[in-house]
Amino acid sequence: MDANETKLTSILTAHVGQTGGLITGLRAAQEAIGYLPSETDAIAAEAFNLTRAEVKGVISFYEDFHREPKGKTVVRLCAAEACQAVGSRTLQRDVEKHFAVKSGETNASKDLTVEPVYCLGLCSCAPAALVGDRLVGRADVESIARAIENRRKAGA
Amino acid sequence: MTGAAIKLFLPLDSVAVSLGADELADALQSAAEQKNFAVEIIRTGSRGMHWLEPLLEVEHEGVRHGYGPVSPGDTEDILEAIAAKTKHSKSLGPVEEIAYFKSQTRLIFARCGITDPTSVEDYTDHGGCAGLDKAIAISGDQLCETVLQSGLRGRGGAGFPAGIKWKTVAGAPADQKYIVCNADEGDSGTFADRMIMEGDPFLLIEGMAIAGLAVGATKGYIYLRSEYPIAAKILKTAIARAEAANILGENVRGSGKAFHLDVFIGAGAYICGEETSLLESLEGKRGEVRAKPPLPALEGLFGKPTLVHNVITLCSVPAIIAKGAEAYRDFGMGKSTGTMPFQIAGNVKYGGLYETAFGVTLKDLIEKIGGGTRSGKAVRTVQIGGPLGAYLPPTLFDLPMDYETMLANGAGVGHGGIVIFDESVNLLEQARYAFEFCVEESCGKCTPCRVGSVRGVEVIDRIRDDVEREKNFIVLEDLCDLMVDGSLCAMGGMTPIPVQSAVQHFPEDFGMMPAKRAAE
Repeated sequence: MDANETKLTSILTAHVGQTGGLITGLRAAQEAIGYLPSETDAIAAEAFNLTRAEVKGVISFYEDFHREPKGKTVVRLCAAEACQAVGSRTLQRDVEKHFAVKSGETNASKDLTVEPVYCLGLCSCAPAALVGDRLVGRADVESIARAIENRRKAGA
Repeated sequence: MTGAAIKLFLPLDSVAVSLGADELADALQSAAEQKNFAVEIIRTGSRGMHWLEPLLEVEHEGVRHGYGPVSPGDTEDILEAIAAKTKHSKSLGPVEEIAYFKSQTRLIFARCGITDPTSVEDYTDHGGCAGLDKAIAISGDQLCETVLQSGLRGRGGAGFPAGIKWKTVAGAPADQKYIVCNADEGDSGTFADRMIMEGDPFLLIEGMAIAGLAVGATKGYIYLRSEYPIAAKILKTAIARAEAANILGENVRGSGKAFHLDVFIGAGAYICGEETSLLESLEGKRGEVRAKPPLPALEGLFGKPTLVHNVITLCSVPAIIAKGAEAYRDFGMGKSTGTMPFQIAGNVKYGGLYETAFGVTLKDLIEKIGGGTRSGKAVRTVQIGGPLGAYLPPTLFDLPMDYETMLANGAGVGHGGIVIFDESVNLLEQARYAFEFCVEESCGKCTPCRVGSVRGVEVIDRIRDDVEREKNFIVLEDLCDLMVDGSLCAMGGMTPIPVQSAVQHFPEDFGMMPAKRAAE
């Protein structure tokens, strides 16, 4: 077994028997590895006594799960109505231009992913963004760039 | 400076944090050390006046005085002003005298912004557990009857009478029953659930424990969306402390009855706010909706009778039990009893949370309380109740906010979120987005929603591009009817609401009439 397989087996097995354990287990595995590699399906199926199709179905259903590594910093821009009302569509275009990466994609140097999110619950101080684990209210390109820079400085 | 440490209160709420509250806390601490001031920084929930965040408070002779919005650069000056008891340019005076705050009726958010959210002692010192203690003394049937008599309706959007659900679950014989809290607050423009979970999590815990006692459920789950990491952390700490204090566990407040509670974190799916989809997800499956019947009240989580309620519904329960059904029913109008935390969002000057009795007009919420738009331009429309809610024009702003009035006007109170747009909004773009959102978030189980939403985007694009516009309006109407009649749940069934309200009230944006706006 390679390192990922060992990790997947021990993490997923630890969640068997819990309520909704497959989802919680997949989240924990993704946090440990950074994404859900293709080996996940068979290992989870074995652990939870499911078919591989069922596991694949769960992984593909939820937005949080991804099968490829993302950039070192993930910038999530809220694309929902309250943010639209204060210019999130323009903000998205500005961010794409400034950081030279399209929404939903990772840049070539693999250090930045930009993606939409539907509501961060900061609708009273929109537009909202999440840079890594840092919430940014009344976001603009400058405050997002600053949050990215702070993460880099902090060694994330 | 000598004497007791100065107590400073600063929110840990997501909004405050997103506007720099954590950095401010660090700056305050180091400025205080530098000046040799003894300070104690207590992190609280938010008062809900979000344009003032980060809002710093200091207690002076039993009254909280506010400063806001405070930036790290202000800390030295403010500490000096506090120590010397002088005014500061960011001084707001007594926080509870601010008109936005003072004019509210805070039943649910009574403690939010005041107490330390993770302190059991603070909670009980401020009236917490009064409902639970009373609940222990009376029977489950009496509890269900009290909730029914209070007129409490589900605050998640559907507005179903809570007491009827309670009685159904209570009357269903089973070896195991569940209380499930729907904290998958995915609607844009809503944040009341997040605020109360971050600011007063014991209230939700108490409400769920009471519900457990009432219907005979010993196990509860809070299904929380993954976009709320701060709420997750606070809830988990609060649950652990509630167990240690016997608010949860094998022997709830010495009653001899058990109630256990866990948090389950979702994985990013708007549809999981729909109760049957939520239950599927909680079972670890794809969050596809179930056909109803059977009702979750009879066959819910793992096929067992399950009481599923929104956060605010459960948070309304402790006050109802503590003060009685009648006291609660005195608030509100008609069949909309009690208070509702309205959330004023989008392009708004004074955005935030405003809890008041049903019956307040939209106009008051938008203008008097919200102060109009942040951009300073005229309000063109508001969307009420999230992505599946109607876009209303200013001519309907005199309507009182209650379930029946909104329904009669093709809208819904929903979860009490109001998103304000100024005149730069294009309603065709918003209608297109409503379909687009449904494409993104449909669970895919039923065809009207899965395929209808894709067709909807195409039809709107043809209308926009003036391709057989008249014919496409007919197609759009037909498509909307089909989605309303044929969808399994509210996702497909209500997506036509924002679309058709936009067409009805703003036809000029769809090229149906000469642009009236320029002439107005």
